[in-house]
Amino acid sequence: MRALPVGDRALLVEVSTDGEAQALHADLVRRRAEGSLSVREIVPAARTVLLDGLDDPVRLAEQLAASQVPPVPPRAGEIVEIPVRYDGPDLAEVAAHWDVSPHEAARIHAAAEFRVAFCGFAPGFGYLTGLPARYGVPRRATPRTTVPAGAVGLAGPYTGVYPRPSPGGWQLIGTTDAVLWDHARVPAALLSPGTRVRFVPVGTVPVGSS
Amino acid sequence: MTDRALAVVRAGALTTVQDLGRPGHAHLGVPRSGALDGPAAALVNRLVANPPEAAVLETTLNGCALRPRSAVVVAVGGAPCPVSVDGRPVPWGAPVLVPGGALLSVGTAVSGVRSYVGLSGGVAVEPVLGSRSTDLLSGLGPPPLTDGTVLPLGRPNAPHARVDVAAQPGPPAELVLRVTLGPRDDWFTATAVRALTTHTYRVSSASNRIGLRTEGPALERARPGELPSEGMVLGAIQVPPDGRPVVFLADHPTTGGYPVIAVVRATDLPAAAQATPGTPVRFVAVRRR
Repeated sequence: MRALPVGDRALLVEVSTDGEAQALHADLVRRRAEGSLSVREIVPAARTVLLDGLDDPVRLAEQLAASQVPPVPPRAGEIVEIPVRYDGPDLAEVAAHWDVSPHEAARIHAAAEFRVAFCGFAPGFGYLTGLPARYGVPRRATPRTTVPAGAVGLAGPYTGVYPRPSPGGWQLIGTTDAVLWDHARVPAALLSPGTRVRFVPVGTVPVGSS
Repeated sequence: MTDRALAVVRAGALTTVQDLGRPGHAHLGVPRSGALDGPAAALVNRLVANPPEAAVLETTLNGCALRPRSAVVVAVGGAPCPVSVDGRPVPWGAPVLVPGGALLSVGTAVSGVRSYVGLSGGVAVEPVLGSRSTDLLSGLGPPPLTDGTVLPLGRPNAPHARVDVAAQPGPPAELVLRVTLGPRDDWFTATAVRALTTHTYRVSSASNRIGLRTEGPALERARPGELPSEGMVLGAIQVPPDGRPVVFLADHPTTGGYPVIAVVRATDLPAAAQATPGTPVRFVAVRRR
């Protein structure tokens, strides 16, 4: 674990794996909740957790450098279920990449338990991990100029759901009616870092020789 | 609708509602947003006896024109500009009573970029996650003003400040930004790190509320490849593939994949909000506090 100073009031804590980043994030959120850590923002990402708005980043950096990455927290908390129709325009391509039928690709995706590793790109957009490593897929060579709200996509090790229409380069495998972001709702974001997620197939799934 | 409202007669190039922003939601991908020149926004609020969190209008280069339905105390600060009520000049940087139905005109900035219009009671659009700020990156908050927009105003709560003209810093002829190196200065060659703090850059016209873009020597990377996305702070100097440093301002993305070579001190960022395209920029390395 490495704590890099960022300006005068922030630290970027770097670890080796996304699992460690998720564990560190959970531990820092717990410490803030119990009052032993005073910080404005705790922003997890792929291999780092940013702590912004610290009074004494130097002292915290020393503490962190002397400590171990905490163990991954047990899978606790409610599972958010996202109903999904596996009807995305890139499902066949993803299935080919995995060397399975589209039907089987949908089954593999729906069988995994996901966790929101971090958010970014747009309010409410979560980067979900949980698929076995061999199911990573590249981004599309040419991003789409418009991806509809509710599109479920894959990129690298991540699954994500577009909270609203936007350009995007992820491989689209399905569609959900779940509302990922509604600023009039409390909480506004359906997904936040650490949330457990399962995709539940609804409606027809493509027929294939699974 | 109540008469505590104003109609936008001329929206100008880009006029947005701004307050202290919505910090604390970066982990959800929500930018902090808020007035780019915070001290100017705070001053105009004080001049019209608003609390610091009241929402003001932030104009860009060519001002705006507003017609309040009932009398409102107004103060214009930030970038200096001519101000008039029904065509008669009134002071800039001072509280002015605008009668109901009169036309307040905030003119083109004489220098600087962003003027701030404080209105007694504050702009009372519905807050989103505790803030009324327009966020141009993620689209949260009210959309930028357009001609004909009607904005609700809050209730004024006290007599306005008794000052003639409040002192405000002028826009910078040269923008000096103090920086601390890192966290990813090791992704650049030693020559690039030296170039950042010795060459003079210039403010690019592509700058906006998301970032102050610069023109100048390209900064060369010491290592290829991509950085996994990581959290970004206000004032981060991100270096995209073209090598030209971009200073992140209030609407910056919460995570990013280009390496951050250094971070600008927060207290130097209001001046960056007022630097017109072409202004020389010097990044000066300072010790971390």
